[in-house]
Amino acid sequence: MAIEVRIPTILRSYTGGAKAVEGSGDTLADLLTDLDGKYAGLRGRLITDEGALHRFVNIYVNDEDVRFIGGLDAKLSDGDNVTILPAVAGGALATWA
Amino acid sequence: MLTIDAAILEAIVAHARRDHPDEACGIVAGPIGSDRPTRHIPMENAERSPTFYRFDSMEQLRVWREMDDRDEEPVVIYHSHTATEAYPSRTDVGIAQIPEAHYLLVSTRESETTEIRSYRIVDGVVTEEPVHVVNAGVDQHAVQSYMFGQSPAAVDYECPAGS
Repeated sequence: MAIEVRIPTILRSYTGGAKAVEGSGDTLADLLTDLDGKYAGLRGRLITDEGALHRFVNIYVNDEDVRFIGGLDAKLSDGDNVTILPAVAGGALATWA
Repeated sequence: MLTIDAAILEAIVAHARRDHPDEACGIVAGPIGSDRPTRHIPMENAERSPTFYRFDSMEQLRVWREMDDRDEEPVVIYHSHTATEAYPSRTDVGIAQIPEAHYLLVSTRESETTEIRSYRIVDGVVTEEPVHVVNAGVDQHAVQSYMFGQSPAAVDYECPAGS
């Protein structure tokens, strides 16, 4: 089952420079595990040590933000398109660490 | 060095003033590899906060797709600080994930002057860079009321290219 995953510039060091890769999985979590087998380290940039989706990464399945469709449990089907974008955020309040 | 058109800089400052005291944010897209910011896209601050900004995720997807279709990239990523200087906070540095972009900060804490400074933020390292304003011929006073902080800025009073 092939799912196309679009990779942002900052993560292309993990994919040998590829802008899009293919993976498989019934859920987003499965897909990321599958991708990590081929592109070691990629998953760690998207998932925290606690196993949650990183706060400053946006992942979309067919134009839906996965935060609104089950997060890592979001269901995937053959032919789905997954897009990863770095969140753009910041601000004067220096509480991020 | 960031080279930016005066009209685009004015539009960014107007956006920051309009949203004050909340932080304003947006991008200036340009052709991939050109390092020329040509298309100003004000973005929604999904946080609507005086101390934090975040692009709305759905708007960001739409804008990023549009850039893909037009062979563009985000050349400038800007936001305002509304009570502090135009210098990246720890938050800004910690979250910055687009090393090829110019991070432009605008401070609206003073009502009369607008502080504008530009940075590269790569792997948590902040490097300030000069801001080079071009095509500033129309309204010199508008540009001169800007303060470029410690950034060595050059302002060219040139005629717009092709005119």
